[in-house]
Amino acid sequence: MTGKRMRGKQAGMMTSSVMRSHQFGLVEIMTGIALIAVPLILPYLGSAPNTVNRILVWGLFGIGFDILFGYTGLLSFGQSALYGTGGFVTAYLLTRAGFPYVIPALIIGMVVAAIVGYLVGLVALRRTGIYFAMITVAIAEVFYFVEFNPLAEYTGGENGLPGVPTPSIPLGFTTLHFTTGWSLYPFLAFCYFIGIVVALRIVRSPVGTIFRAIRENPLRAAAVGHNVHGYKLTAFVIAAAYAGIAGGLLGVLQAFMPPEAFTFDTSGQLVIQTAIGGRGTLFGPLLGAAVWLFLQDFLQATLKLGAAWKLVLGLVFVVLVVFLRHGIIGGIVDLYRWLRRGRRGAADVDEMPADVGTDGSAEVDEGATTQPVTLPNRDAPQYAGPILKATGLTKHYGGVIANADIDFSVDRGELRGIIGPNGAGKSTFFKMLTCEVPPTSGTIVFEGRDITRMRVTDVCQLGLTKSYQVNQLFNRLTVRENVTIAALAALRGKFRLDMMRSLAKIPGLHEQVEHTLELVNLSKRRDTPVSELAYGEKRRLEVGLALASSPRLLLLDEPLAGMSPAERVETVKLLKSIAQGRTMIIIDHDMDALFELAERITVLQEGRVLVEGTPEEIKGNAKVQEAYLGGVHGVIDAQTAVA
Amino acid sequence: MISWSNFVSQLFNGLALGALLALISSGLTIIYGTLGVLNLAHGAMFMLGGYAGFVAYQATGSFAIAVIAGTLFLGVVGVVMERVIIRHFYSRPHEDQLLVTFGLSIVYVEAVRFFFSSQSQTVQPPKLLTGITSLGFMVYPTYRLAVVGIVAVALAALFIVLYRTRLGMIVRAGIEDSLMVDSLGINVDRVFMVVFGIGAMAAGFAGIVNAPVVSLTPDVGEAILVQTFVVIVIGGVGSFTGAILGGLIAGEIISITSMFNPGYAYVMLFAAMTIVLMVRPQGLLGTKGRE
Repeated sequence: MTGKRMRGKQAGMMTSSVMRSHQFGLVEIMTGIALIAVPLILPYLGSAPNTVNRILVWGLFGIGFDILFGYTGLLSFGQSALYGTGGFVTAYLLTRAGFPYVIPALIIGMVVAAIVGYLVGLVALRRTGIYFAMITVAIAEVFYFVEFNPLAEYTGGENGLPGVPTPSIPLGFTTLHFTTGWSLYPFLAFCYFIGIVVALRIVRSPVGTIFRAIRENPLRAAAVGHNVHGYKLTAFVIAAAYAGIAGGLLGVLQAFMPPEAFTFDTSGQLVIQTAIGGRGTLFGPLLGAAVWLFLQDFLQATLKLGAAWKLVLGLVFVVLVVFLRHGIIGGIVDLYRWLRRGRRGAADVDEMPADVGTDGSAEVDEGATTQPVTLPNRDAPQYAGPILKATGLTKHYGGVIANADIDFSVDRGELRGIIGPNGAGKSTFFKMLTCEVPPTSGTIVFEGRDITRMRVTDVCQLGLTKSYQVNQLFNRLTVRENVTIAALAALRGKFRLDMMRSLAKIPGLHEQVEHTLELVNLSKRRDTPVSELAYGEKRRLEVGLALASSPRLLLLDEPLAGMSPAERVETVKLLKSIAQGRTMIIIDHDMDALFELAERITVLQEGRVLVEGTPEEIKGNAKVQEAYLGGVHGVIDAQTAVA
Repeated sequence: MISWSNFVSQLFNGLALGALLALISSGLTIIYGTLGVLNLAHGAMFMLGGYAGFVAYQATGSFAIAVIAGTLFLGVVGVVMERVIIRHFYSRPHEDQLLVTFGLSIVYVEAVRFFFSSQSQTVQPPKLLTGITSLGFMVYPTYRLAVVGIVAVALAALFIVLYRTRLGMIVRAGIEDSLMVDSLGINVDRVFMVVFGIGAMAAGFAGIVNAPVVSLTPDVGEAILVQTFVVIVIGGVGSFTGAILGGLIAGEIISITSMFNPGYAYVMLFAAMTIVLMVRPQGLLGTKGRE
C-alpha cells in the first residue's frame, strides 16, 4: 500500500493530505494550550471568570450544533429543547432526587438528551430545508410549555431548579473541588477539550465526510448509496448529546437551572453565535459566543446602553450576515487567501497545471497502474441471463405518457446505446431503471432480483448506478472528496457509524479513489474544488462519481452533453476504456459517438421502443430516419441528419 | 365543569384566533411560495403593525385610522426591507435567508422595546364594537365577533388579489415555477417587491386588528410566529387555502385545549402537526415536492 502511494508528485500530495488527518494532535494541542493559557492571561485583562465559563458552555453547545448546521447543513432553531432537557435531567438528579455524583449526572443528562433528540429527529427530519427549521421551532416551543406546566412539579416551573452542586473529583490522596469562577474553569475547559477532540474525530471520519456530502447535495449522496436519513438523524443525535451536556454544565455553572434554557432565545442565540464565529469550523460557536458575551458586557457595563445592547447586537448580526457570509473565521480565511493570491499573483498562473487546455480536457494519464479493488460486498450473485430486464415499463405524469409498455433487456458485458428525439422519454426511462421515480406499471429485474419498488440508495448498493445528465456534484468539496464520498458507499455499505475511525484507515479506500481518478483522468486535479473545474472536467467527475461505487451496471445519461468537439473525442476514448469489463447503457444525442461505442442501439420514440439493433441496422433503418426527420423518405445518412 | 356555552364561546375564540392565524400565515406562505424566502421576521412584523396602529391611535383616537396606518406602515416596511436587504438573498442559500430575517426580527423587536419599553400597551376597540353581544344562548365580546368578520373580509380581499388579478396569476404561477415565470418576460423583480409588501401588510393588518384582543408587548410576535409555522406545516407551504384550513385547525386546537388546560395547548398543536407529517408530509393541501 505504501509502495503505491509513493508514485511521483501526485502521490506525494495525496500522502501529505492523508497525513494531515493522521497528524492527530496539532489542532488538539493548540486548543489545549489555548485553554490552559486563558486563566493565566485573561484575569490581567479584567475579564470576569464567569463570562469565560459561559463562553465555554456556549462553545460546547455549539460544537454539536455546528456538526448539525455547519457540516450537515441542517439549520435547527430548536436546540433549546435538548439543552433544556439535558440541563433539567442533570439538575433534577442532583437536587430533588438527591443523586450526589455530578459527573455521572451530567452524562445521564447527555444520554437522555440524545434519546430525546433521536425522537425529535424522527419527526423533524420528515422534511428538509425551511420545513425542518419551522418544525424544530415548533417542537422547541412545546418543550418550553411542557417544562412550565405539565412537568412543573419536577422542573420547578418558572422558578427553575436552584442548588445545583459543583463537581468534586476524589483522587485518593486529595480531592479536587471545583466551585465557582476560575476554580470551576478547569473543569469546564476539560469538558470543552474532550468535546472538541471527539468532534474533530467525527468530522474527519467517513461519517463526517458523508455529513458534508449531505450538506452539498443530499440527492446525490443518496444516489451514490448512502442512507441520507440515517446520517441526518445521526447528526441530530450528536447535536442533541452536546446540547444535553452543555445544558447540564449550565446548571452546574450557575448553581441553578434556569427555565430560560428552554426559550426560543436560547436557540436563537446559539444560531447567531455560530453564524458570527463561522459555521462548519467547530470553533466558530466558541468565537461567536466570545464576541456576543464580551460585547454584551461591554455595551451594558461600559457604554451603559442598558436594554439597548440587544438592538445593537442585532444590527451587528444583520450586517455580518449580509457582508461576511462565513462568519469571522470564514472572513479570516478569505482574507488570508486573498492576501496570498495578491502576493503571488503572476506566479500562480505558471503553477496552473499545464495539461488544462482551453477545452478543459487533460491528457490521458499513461502509466496508470493502480488496480481496481475487489469489493467483497459487491460480488455478483450467481445468476445467468440478462443483467437487466424491464417488462412493460410505463410512466404517466398526469395525462402525459412519458413511457409506455417498454420491454428492454441488457446482457452482462454489453454496451447499449439509447437514442431518440427530444421528448422520447429517455431520461424518464433511466430514472425508472435507477428507481428515482417509480413506474406507473411494469417491472424491473436486476440480476434476477425485482427492484421495481426499491429506493435509489438500495439499488446503488446492489450495483446499479447512474451518472446524471445535469451535473450533480458536491460543489464546495474537492475532486478527491467527491470521489471519496461515492467510494465510501461502496466500501462501507449504506449506513455505518464508524465515527471514530479516520478516513485513512479504511481498507481499500485510497486505492479505489486513486483508481477512479485515473479512469476519469482527473488525478492531477484531485485537490481542486469542484467549483473551479472546467466544464469537461466536471462531466468526467460526474462519470467518476458513478464509477467510484464500482457498479456492475452503469447508466450514463448524456455523458457528452454540452461538450466541445475536442472534449467529445477525449470522452469517447474515456468511455471506451471504462467499458472494458463493465455493462453500460448510454443515452446520448451524439449518434456518431454512440455508433462507435455501442454494440446495440435502442431507439425510443414518443415513450415507446421504436426499433432495436446493431449500429449498422439502425443507420439504415427507415423508421429511425423518419423519426428524426419527420416524414422525409429516402436514404439520408442519419449522421448528416444529426450534424 | 365545562358548560355548553363555555364550550361554544371557546369555539368562537378558536375561530377568531384561527382566522387571524390564517391571515398571517397566508402572508408568510405567499412570500415563501413566490420569493423562496422564509421570513422569520414575519412575527415581528405582526408586532410592528400593532405598534404602528397604537401610535396612530394615540394620535388620532380613531381605531379605523389605526388599522389603516398599521397596514400601510407595514407595507412600507415590507417594500423597504425587500429592496434594501431581502433581494440580495434570493440567490443565497436558504440558511442565509433564515439568518438574516431572524436578525431583522431581533432588530424590530428590540427597537420597539427601546422606544416603547417592555410594558404592555392597550388599544381600545372602536365604540361601535365594544361591549358584549347576546347570541341568544350565550353572550360574547362584540369585538371578537367583529374580528372574525374583519379578517374574513381581509382574506377575501387577498383571495381576489391572488385569484382574480393579473398580479395574482403571476404570483400563483411563480409559486408553481418561478424560473418559467422569469423566462416569460415578466418583471419578476417588481412582482417580488409587491408580493413582499402585500405579505407584510397582511401581517401588519392582523397585528393591529388583534391589538384590542390582547395587550401589546414587543414579544407578541414570537408566539404568533411559532403558531404560524405549525399552520403552514399543517396546511402545506405555498398554499393559500392550506393556510386558511391550517389556521382554523390550529386556532380551534389551541382554544379547545385551553379550556381544559392551557399548558397542553402546544402539546396538542404539536401532536396535530406530527400526525400530518406522518400521514401527509407535504401538508393537507400542499403539493408534493415543494420545499
